[in-house]
Amino acid sequence: MAQRNSSRRGQSNSENFMDYSLLFIVLFLLGFGLIMVYSTSSYEANLDFADSAYYLKKQLFATILGLIAMMVVANIPYHFWERFAVIGYIVSVVLILLIIPFGHESHGAKRWLYIGPLSLQPAEVAKLAMILFLASMVCTMGKQIRSRKGFWTVLLVPMPIALMLWRITQNMSSAIIVVGIAALMLFVSCPDYKRFILLGLAGIAGAALVVFVIVQSAASQVDIEDMNFRGARILAWLDPEAYASGKGFQTIQALYAIGSGGVLGKGLGASMQKLGFLPEAQNDMIFSIICEELGLFGGFAVIIMFLMLIWRFMVIANNAPDLFGALLVVGVLGHIAIQVILNVAVVTNTIPNTGISLPFISYGGSSVMFLLIEIGLVLSVARGIRLKDL
Amino acid sequence: MVENTPHLHKTYHRNKTVTVMFLCALVFAGLMGRLVYLMVFQSEYYTMKAKELHERERSIKAARGRIIDINGKILADNKTVCTISVIHSQITDQEEVIAVLCKELGLSEEYVRKRVEKYSSIEKIKSNVDKSIGDAIRAYDLDGVKVDEDYKRYYPYDSLGSKVLGFTGGDNQGIIGLEVIYEEYLQGEAGTILTVTDAKGVEVAEAGEERVEPIAGKDLYISMDMNIQSYATQLALQTMETKEADSVSILVMNPQNGEILAMVNVPEFNLNSPYTLPDTVDSDALGEDELQDLLNRMWRNGCINDTYEPGSTFKIVTAAAGLESGSVTTTDTFSCPGYIMVEDRRIRCHKVGGHGAEDFVQATMNSCNPVFITVGTRIGAERFYSYFQQFGLLDKTGIDLPGEAGTIMHNVENIGPVELATISFGQSFQITPIQLAVTASSIINGGRRVTPHFGVRVADSDGSNSQTFSYPVRENVVSGETSETMRYILEQVVAEGGGKNGAVEGYRIGGKTATSQTLPRGSGKYIASFLGFAPADDPQILAIAIINNPQGTYYGGQIAAPVVRQLFENILPYLEEMNYNNT
Repeated sequence: MAQRNSSRRGQSNSENFMDYSLLFIVLFLLGFGLIMVYSTSSYEANLDFADSAYYLKKQLFATILGLIAMMVVANIPYHFWERFAVIGYIVSVVLILLIIPFGHESHGAKRWLYIGPLSLQPAEVAKLAMILFLASMVCTMGKQIRSRKGFWTVLLVPMPIALMLWRITQNMSSAIIVVGIAALMLFVSCPDYKRFILLGLAGIAGAALVVFVIVQSAASQVDIEDMNFRGARILAWLDPEAYASGKGFQTIQALYAIGSGGVLGKGLGASMQKLGFLPEAQNDMIFSIICEELGLFGGFAVIIMFLMLIWRFMVIANNAPDLFGALLVVGVLGHIAIQVILNVAVVTNTIPNTGISLPFISYGGSSVMFLLIEIGLVLSVARGIRLKDL
Repeated sequence: MVENTPHLHKTYHRNKTVTVMFLCALVFAGLMGRLVYLMVFQSEYYTMKAKELHERERSIKAARGRIIDINGKILADNKTVCTISVIHSQITDQEEVIAVLCKELGLSEEYVRKRVEKYSSIEKIKSNVDKSIGDAIRAYDLDGVKVDEDYKRYYPYDSLGSKVLGFTGGDNQGIIGLEVIYEEYLQGEAGTILTVTDAKGVEVAEAGEERVEPIAGKDLYISMDMNIQSYATQLALQTMETKEADSVSILVMNPQNGEILAMVNVPEFNLNSPYTLPDTVDSDALGEDELQDLLNRMWRNGCINDTYEPGSTFKIVTAAAGLESGSVTTTDTFSCPGYIMVEDRRIRCHKVGGHGAEDFVQATMNSCNPVFITVGTRIGAERFYSYFQQFGLLDKTGIDLPGEAGTIMHNVENIGPVELATISFGQSFQITPIQLAVTASSIINGGRRVTPHFGVRVADSDGSNSQTFSYPVRENVVSGETSETMRYILEQVVAEGGGKNGAVEGYRIGGKTATSQTLPRGSGKYIASFLGFAPADDPQILAIAIINNPQGTYYGGQIAAPVVRQLFENILPYLEEMNYNNT
């Protein structure tokens, strides 16, 4: 660290620290994401809209807006946001409830709110609001968090939001992310490990039980059509080729893409699976096309970039001027880490299929904008690091 | 770290953040391991599966082998035809495409427009288009218009040997005739074009295509001589017209090896439009079954698919059996009063007054029924039946044409004296003309029952990889002595007997006439036939003419023998010139 710190000192006359490494990683991921969005979407965009850059343009617009928002947020001291913690929580609840009357349906799920020409996913707002709310709450609780009551309070706070996301917007992955963010923030806030190990084991046992019950009931049930939505997903996860025309379709197509990429890939732009075989490949399944075109090396490079991003978050969190800042960064870290892990796991059929996008890379305007606002928050925390403290 | 803020930022927070970071790294490593598994160890499997998904297979027809006669004349060939299709998504100037296709293909605008405007991966406009038209359309170089070349079977001589050659169906597969029997040689192996397409089936141009070239079928060289076949066809047509017959068949074969030089069954049909019934039939008024029935009848090869009562030509067999069994010799003398009593029946000779005293040779020349009944009776039912077996009359000849009919014959235990008597002069049982030809051949060629055939060899289109067929020959069907006697007797029949109309000046001809009434008796319908061969002392060529239901004179000696005579007059000098039989 000493070497790095001295170099920083040499570069900057400013008293505060600007984390250019983080900024560079984010910009790299965004640029790479735009290239891959263009690569994956151009063929179908050309067929559907006679404009091969249709998705690229929309994504570029959202990215630019997001970068502006990021710079604005980065220049506002992060404690400014503390006063909005409770309001943020309430706003996310209201936005999710607004889905019921005003929600816009797409791909069989009501997840979007339209405000004029802009679309907004309340789930994205909820994740950001949850990070802010929990950071604020943990700081207020102080040592109370070490008590059993404090522990469960922090764990229960995100539950209403998570349940609403799951039941109202049919978005289980966002619910998992919200709970995951809370769990990670709680983990960092508490000194002990035992409770978390138990919690983790309980979680694994619970998941295993669910899978076991579904497999058993499928074996006794003749009519697979009768199986509920998520039950079928789990069966398709265990044997995607048996459900190739239904729930396993997307997974199979993604596996064809990944597997056919091989070590070196087919070359940028040379994916076959994006030609309609893997529908809307620019969304949640973009990682499979990255693997197909750029091979194992491309896939590794993306994962390593995310690992570096998480490492930067860790450095900033551990050098944050106060616990509130540190927790904000840990929340963002949790958000991005969980989303990357779940996305890559889904695409490689390591876990059952659930719709989840790859941060900064998948197509999706509101996702990239809120992620960049979160990066802005982290940069703001990083600016709070006084160089003399390093 | 100086803890100088109210919100304490303690060391364990940092440790835990590091722990989180390492947990993430661990999970990432696991996912990378999963990627290695999928992209290295499972790569081959998924690549194969993906390729299957992306590739569309189009087959390329193999050129069907030609059928070539003994002089190298091509009897069945392939013509290049084009299939015109459009690919909607690739069309740039729709109106021009419609205009050009209407003009060049002579189709209505409505028809073309409907297909051009249809959203489909590929839409066929017209198939079996002449190559010249296809080339003309290709010359316009229109986007989205595809001209695919294809082969179509083509028969240069239209109806020549139609029932022998046969024709092919839509997939270039043989339907009847030699086209069916030699399918495995003629068809070749279809090739494939593998094209890469997107999920909607649209070809991805940049991906190129993989071709597996088709393997052309082998050419079939047959023993038919186009010259003899066409002359025999003319003769048959002429005879059918002048005698107002239902049909006329002429069969010309080499009795030494079974090679068939001509097989005519008029009326023939046009191989280039095999589903067109003769003009005299109003096909519109017919149901589908009736239509198919008429087509099947039109396609029938009378020489092998139909049986008939051979009548007096069969006396060749009776005589051979009699000589072979020792029941009769050439010098045996008989007396014909014009009839013979068999049990309580009086079977009449065709000569009402009777032939009087005659020896066996004379009796054959006279085609005297009572003598042959006597000989048949001497042979006896069981022995006669066993000669049927020995001569191979009860088996099929094994000719290389489909649908050969079997012999219709009494069971041996049902052959009473009357049946035996009728069998002796060729009635009350049925055989095919080819059966008669082969049996007669074995009797006159020294006792070798040959397998009649057209197929001589197959070879690649450049003549290489020739493969010659061999056919079974059964020796000692009759003794050489009997065979020689039979040749002598049959030469006498033509020289001075009932077959004298079959004589050809300058050649030694053997033969036998026949006139048989068709079933049911008393219908007034007859079949006139003549079996002749030359040279009589060493037969190299054998011909049968069969006239079905002639009007007016119906005696074989009067109307069938002259047909064979005319045939021989023309082909014997020709055969000598061709020098076939010196091989």
